[in-house]
Amino acid sequence: MCLALPALVVERRDGDEALVELGGVRKSVSLALVPAAAVGDYVVVHVGFAIGLLDPEEAARTLALFAEAAEAAR
Amino acid sequence: MKYVDEFRDGDTARHLAERIAAEADPARRYAFMEFCGGHTHAIARYGVASLLPANVRMIHGPGCPVCVLPIGRVDQAIALALQHGAIVCTYGDTMRVPASGGLSLLKAKARGGDIRMVYSAADALKVARQNPAREVVFFAIGFETTTPPTALVLRQAAAEDLANFSVLCCHVLTPAAITHVLNSPEVAQWGTVPLDGFVGPAHVSIVIGSAPYEPFAAAYRKPVVIAGFEPLDMMQAILMLVRQVNDGRAEVENEFVRAVGREGNAAAIAAMAEVFEHRESFEWRGLGTVPDSALRLRPAYARFDAEQRFSLTYQPVPDHKRCECGAILRGVKTPSDCSLFGTVCTPDNPMGSCMVSSEGACAAHYAYGRFKDIPVVAA
Ligand code: SF4
Repeated sequence: MCLALPALVVERRDGDEALVELGGVRKSVSLALVPAAAVGDYVVVHVGFAIGLLDPEEAARTLALFAEAAEAAR
Repeated sequence: MKYVDEFRDGDTARHLAERIAAEADPARRYAFMEFCGGHTHAIARYGVASLLPANVRMIHGPGCPVCVLPIGRVDQAIALALQHGAIVCTYGDTMRVPASGGLSLLKAKARGGDIRMVYSAADALKVARQNPAREVVFFAIGFETTTPPTALVLRQAAAEDLANFSVLCCHVLTPAAITHVLNSPEVAQWGTVPLDGFVGPAHVSIVIGSAPYEPFAAAYRKPVVIAGFEPLDMMQAILMLVRQVNDGRAEVENEFVRAVGREGNAAAIAAMAEVFEHRESFEWRGLGTVPDSALRLRPAYARFDAEQRFSLTYQPVPDHKRCECGAILRGVKTPSDCSLFGTVCTPDNPMGSCMVSSEGACAAHYAYGRFKDIPVVAA
């Protein structure tokens, strides 16, 4: 019910509508809750609405943190 | 998939597991509650629990909106379809939640109720536009993740002055539920269910931010780490919780910084505040009546409130006598403690709500964990 996935914004359409790509599947969602989202951004989509933006820099930082844990474990 | 697969790497998971094992104090036990059904699902699906040392235990919390929906609310939705002749639209998982008299929305549909599964609240609005001669009710459930879409749809309905649309609002609030779990007698009387910290919700926190957990962490002296739904997110959050416990800290930390900020999504919060107000109390399945834990429509939106429009009164209905959902949702029991688990109660024929959604503790355990309960006997 609460599962949502990061989707790539590929096209902005009329009003708040946008086309997003999610694991190879394209569908139309509403960007009304993330008006700043632009083509090329990743948004978290839930029940047909983007509820938030994904920050690529923070994602990279989190992955770097995991790599650190892996280093420490060696 | 980008931002998904990188957070599922098996080797990294094992390294994180080694760190957790190295940092967890062997002389003590750690019990963390994952509030969110999405985390319960991830733990079961990726075997996160089996990567943890024996003294670090995860307890499933009440964070699945389908699981906490009480029978009386499903009964109301069924009555709207069968007695008032309305078209009832709702999310798929809601369709199978057991209601009174052996019914569910799915079974009421088989009896002739016009009940339709929608993927989005916006689809319910479309149904209303297409059927101007019929009453169309959106049976809205969910935490702060699904609430903003309902708010937007209500705003749209008001703008269009749609005369045949209304919402049966069953939206509930996360921080209230966590507080309620900590106030429940089993948890408050220290000993039965010691909880050392919480894995905070992922998508709910995208909307409300991390700040709402701060008063709670301070008042109850419990660490909260907000985590994403992928297995590495979970492992990292557990490591952060172990560290907080070891240091004697009780802070709100955020592992899911790629999507969650302290303040949340301003547009979503504004939409919710415009359309909804707090209810004094609301019944949750398994938790009983929880004060200040749900939302209803503001007076300005009263004409879109299905409860007022159809003069519905709420009638609480007790759960099946042998269903242990209530205890499971408070972290007191596990699915295998229920005598109905896997025999009378299965995902195809759920007796209790925890078996309905794949995020429910019983359904997750049924799908991914139940064989681990069977002892391996050497031939
Ligand atoms: S197995 Fe079924 S009846 Fe038992 S607690 Fe889980 S949902 Fe309830």
